[in-house]
Amino acid sequence: MTEFDLDLMSCPLPKMDYDTIQLAHGAGGKLSSELIEKIFLPRFGNKTLDKLEDQAILEIPANRIAFTTDSFVVDPIFFPGGNIGDLAINGTINDVAMSGSKPLYLSVGFILEEGLSLEILHKIVLSMEFAAKHAGVQIVTGDTKVVNKGSCDKIFINTSGIGIVPDGVNISAANIQPGDKIIISGTVADHGIAVMTTREDLSFKSQVQSDTVALNGLVDDMLNVSKNIHAMRDPTRGGVATTLNEFARQSNVGIQLYTDTVPVKPEVNGACEVLGIDPLYVANEGKLIAVVPSNIADKMLSVMQKNEHGKYAKIIGEITDKNLNIVVQETGLGANRIVDMPIGEQLPRIC
Amino acid sequence: MKYLDEFRDPVIAKQILSEIEKTVTKPWVIMEVCGGQTHSIIKNGINQILPKEIELVHGPGCPVCVTPLEIIDKAIAIASKPNVIFTSFGDMLRVPGSQMDLFQVKSEGGDVRIVYSPLEAVKIARNNPEKEIVFFAIGFETTAPGNAMAIHQANREGITNFSELVSHVLVPPAMTALLSSPKNRVQAYLAAGHVCAIMGWREYEPIAKKYKVPIVPTGFESIDILEGILLAIQQLESGKYEVSNQYIRAVQRDGNRLAQDLVNKIFEVGNRKWRGIGEIPQSGLNVRKEFVAFDAEKKFSVGNIVNQESEKCIAGIILQGLKKPYECPAFGKECTPMNPLGATMVSSEGACAAYYKYQRIKND
Amino acid sequence: MCLGIPGKVEEIFDENGLKMGNINYGGTLNRACLEYVPDIEVGQYTVVHAGFGISIIDEEEAMKSYEAWEELVGYAAKDGVDLYGNPLREIEESSK
Repeated sequence: MTEFDLDLMSCPLPKMDYDTIQLAHGAGGKLSSELIEKIFLPRFGNKTLDKLEDQAILEIPANRIAFTTDSFVVDPIFFPGGNIGDLAINGTINDVAMSGSKPLYLSVGFILEEGLSLEILHKIVLSMEFAAKHAGVQIVTGDTKVVNKGSCDKIFINTSGIGIVPDGVNISAANIQPGDKIIISGTVADHGIAVMTTREDLSFKSQVQSDTVALNGLVDDMLNVSKNIHAMRDPTRGGVATTLNEFARQSNVGIQLYTDTVPVKPEVNGACEVLGIDPLYVANEGKLIAVVPSNIADKMLSVMQKNEHGKYAKIIGEITDKNLNIVVQETGLGANRIVDMPIGEQLPRIC
Repeated sequence: MKYLDEFRDPVIAKQILSEIEKTVTKPWVIMEVCGGQTHSIIKNGINQILPKEIELVHGPGCPVCVTPLEIIDKAIAIASKPNVIFTSFGDMLRVPGSQMDLFQVKSEGGDVRIVYSPLEAVKIARNNPEKEIVFFAIGFETTAPGNAMAIHQANREGITNFSELVSHVLVPPAMTALLSSPKNRVQAYLAAGHVCAIMGWREYEPIAKKYKVPIVPTGFESIDILEGILLAIQQLESGKYEVSNQYIRAVQRDGNRLAQDLVNKIFEVGNRKWRGIGEIPQSGLNVRKEFVAFDAEKKFSVGNIVNQESEKCIAGIILQGLKKPYECPAFGKECTPMNPLGATMVSSEGACAAYYKYQRIKND
Repeated sequence: MCLGIPGKVEEIFDENGLKMGNINYGGTLNRACLEYVPDIEVGQYTVVHAGFGISIIDEEEAMKSYEAWEELVGYAAKDGVDLYGNPLREIEESSK
């Protein structure tokens, strides 16, 4: 969730030759240079990027480096609580952070549709600048291509990220064992519902905001409690249910969710009821699931709850050696139900 | 959420369960005729916690599941036409026709859109005068009033590019057909709560009397269903067979007269084929002649459609409550939600889908 | 298909000649057509199915059966035990 209001930004669009993106903006000539010098460099600029070489030369003091990439095609590009730019920065930072690594550098690749308003591009770039600075990460290299009108939907963004894996940290689903506890860092389904209720064809009016935020600060606090976090992942597309099913299958364990412990905001719950969708299957962009040994679970929980992005963290279940490769939840009436893998795309183009 | 959360309270649910345990003395078979109730029963595991004497069987309560194959194929043919925007509730998109489903039509370039209300389809028609907008109007009596209002509204506004492909089904004729069958095992019914919110329960009184079965209009949350079962068991144990309303917060005896009146104005009762069961007389709704301009079946000629059901699919037997999904040899093997052989595995309220999703493991 | 959700009417207005309402579901608002519940007032609850209010929730009746069960639960609670004769603390733990 970004804390600044785009409308109040005292950062107007610099004077440009055109109002909208032209094919020439991606062709490497005069207009490309104008785009870089007037839009990208002022917002993303740093020692490395400013050199404007074809590659970024980085000195990274590390034995192990975490490296990830992700592409963002969310529709609509602006939604309550964020936009495609925030998602692109926070999403990749989080993928690096889920390994326990300290994210350092990002690349940004834009694919722009001819005719995209420069004002809109500028707003997106401003939020990317804010998100990166908030997380302490630099954008060191990038690329821009422009395609004919109709060949992409306004803007697609790819970001890749690298970070340093600290010594003694080995976070992987392979570590998961029966007896471990499962912790979620906060309320679920906020992002998916924020996007879905904004889409034009639905008549929702809701206060639901996307939860997009970088979680590297929270992960640092967690590692200070113990480096022995067994597994960690951010439940994006497919929601908590998908991530837990992946853990169960990859680690060949069973997962038991407690009754009614997964936190959901009332207005998100209301929207889910009306749409007939289960919050466990809806995308999140600012949450993580951690699987930790039971003897550190309570301490880990209380430290997470002291961080602003872990305020509503809860222990939601445990790893078992029963019902292997499946996630089950106690229904409150003494019976167990399966929390299955979703079949198709519940909500298309959600991130 | 108010009027939802209170009726999911597990402490009260357990109290009702203990009353059921105290009341029941012999085996009984109870059927619910609403997909939403089937879903709630399986998701909450109500079938697992009831005393062994009570067997719950699941009826043809999923309108998606009972929509005839020919209608699905017609929908696919219409949706594939170049100038058509085909609108539907989400559940219908993955129901298999003879060759493919609506989702595949969409991925091959057809303009197929999910809507949450038929009025949204009318809005699309208003905003796209050069296209033909068709709404897939399936459902029980609960959904008919909304679909009737859409035609009424389109007619009033002079919108000529809107029509509905109708496959409405009625509950009482289906109940009667099941009860008259020599194979019938059902001794009491939980009637669909929201169908009854529209229709009331008057039409169930002669059925209860003639076939000597208690009928209980019931809601959808765990407390509603357990209370409905308790009311049914109390009647069965005392030899009564009346209509007894559990869903008192939403259902009255006469139902919603305004809704019934508009449905009667736009639609008329006719014979209808139920997928997997066959034709049940006077069990469906068709668009009246005066409104034929809004009847997509008459508006679009889709030629002769040859239908082919999967031989392995026993959805019809399951819909009549004669077998449970896990008793089907194909269940979980050739037939899964990813590769459904029939509608009961695809629809979110189909019995097969519910069992597969929530209960395909053995609980200790 | 039978999905009918109870929501609170926050606002009533006319759209294209139809009576419509903004319905509140736990904090999220969505539109529904109220033509079939013409007597409904702001503040009342309705069951909404496929974008239509189909019934006004009778709040008195709703609470009658719920309160009857609650009372039974309460009687047991006064004796310091739950419905199964277990000491009361166990209810609080299992219902959270």
